[in-house]
Amino acid sequence: MSYKLQFAELLPYWNVLLQGLVFTIVLTVVSTVAGIAVGTAGASARTFGPAWLGRIVAVYVELIRNTPFIVQLFFIFFGLPALGLKLSETTAAFLAMVINLGAYSTEIIRAGIEAVPKGHIEAGLSLAMTKWEVLRRIVLNQAFRKIYPALSSQIIIVMLGSAVVSQISAEDLTYAANFIASRNFRNFEVYLLVALAYLLLALLTRSLLRALGRVIFKAR
Amino acid sequence: MLQFSFWDILSNLLIATQWTIVLSLIAFFCGGIVGLILLFMRTSQIAPLEWFTKIYIEFFQGTPLLMQLFLFFFGIALFGVEVSPWTAATLALTFWTSAFLTEIWRGCVESIPKGQWEASSSLALSYIEQMRYVILPQASRIAIAPTVGFSVQVIKGTALASIIGFVELTKAGTMLNNATFRPFLVYSLVALIYFCLCFPLSWWAKKIEGRLNVAR
Repeated sequence: MSYKLQFAELLPYWNVLLQGLVFTIVLTVVSTVAGIAVGTAGASARTFGPAWLGRIVAVYVELIRNTPFIVQLFFIFFGLPALGLKLSETTAAFLAMVINLGAYSTEIIRAGIEAVPKGHIEAGLSLAMTKWEVLRRIVLNQAFRKIYPALSSQIIIVMLGSAVVSQISAEDLTYAANFIASRNFRNFEVYLLVALAYLLLALLTRSLLRALGRVIFKAR
Repeated sequence: MLQFSFWDILSNLLIATQWTIVLSLIAFFCGGIVGLILLFMRTSQIAPLEWFTKIYIEFFQGTPLLMQLFLFFFGIALFGVEVSPWTAATLALTFWTSAFLTEIWRGCVESIPKGQWEASSSLALSYIEQMRYVILPQASRIAIAPTVGFSVQVIKGTALASIIGFVELTKAGTMLNNATFRPFLVYSLVALIYFCLCFPLSWWAKKIEGRLNVAR
């Protein structure tokens, strides 16, 4: 190979990369929190709610899980304005991420809820706990403990998937990479650097979530 | 000016769907072959081979598929070789698929009781023979459901090939949108076609999984 990699040419753009990195992190954190909230509501509705609500949730989950994220993103960003709902690229990116993770976490949390023995719910109710107390203290408490690893890896998958939001020009890490590549044409160098940044982010997220899990679900 | 009717849009999308299917099939089968080779390396208990596969899997599972597509697209070009989006997409999706399939299959291999390994090695079978005649026939039964489930991820992954200019379903949708200015209709149809491709596979995977649980 006669070509020499020139990483030095990326140095002037460090602040662009940093801004992109911050955007990706904020996007991931916000959509994780909101997505899990949506997932908890969805899973609870599907297992304990009325049948019609459960059916709506099931359609939502299957629609999202069986279409690519990029199509969902395009639908929200390009399709919805036709109905009069115009969103900025940042809002569209956040919304698409929450809707996406919401569907996956609904399915994951539902599996956790279904693994809680019926006897525990009956025992809670017979101790005069209200429905909400049973849901919060018995069902969700145990469910989250069981599905925490699955949820963690889904969060990392969604974080990596967020690279796609650059396609509607939401200014994430990949957008920064595209921007720099279009300026100095060092495509391979910048994509390699950014790929490694994502890898590092994924490894960090994994160990952070593991540590967090140890704190939240302390062995009693 | 050329006018697009609903049927024009739909038929153009369906033509592009063929390329989504072709790319998915190639990625899945080539990924499966590479994945199988990696599986042998990963379970071989030869340290350098195991390390190599570990790093390989960590890289392809820990970076966005989009970045991998970019790296293949611009990386091969550094060697002075002309890269078509078709080549880059095939290569990136193959390697990406193989990393995930290796991890899925490793889980299945490791779920086989240790006694099976010991019994077969006491019958003087070599490592390859152990895998071929004892472990894989048992592991492949458990592997079917998650493998079919992952094929859905491969189909969805091919949508990203549109970004490097490969004309498949998503790219066709973008092009039609630019020509017709009917984004709601076009992207609804694109999503619907993906759903029709993926949902039967998801459903099938769930069904196989349910059947395995009954047997237990």
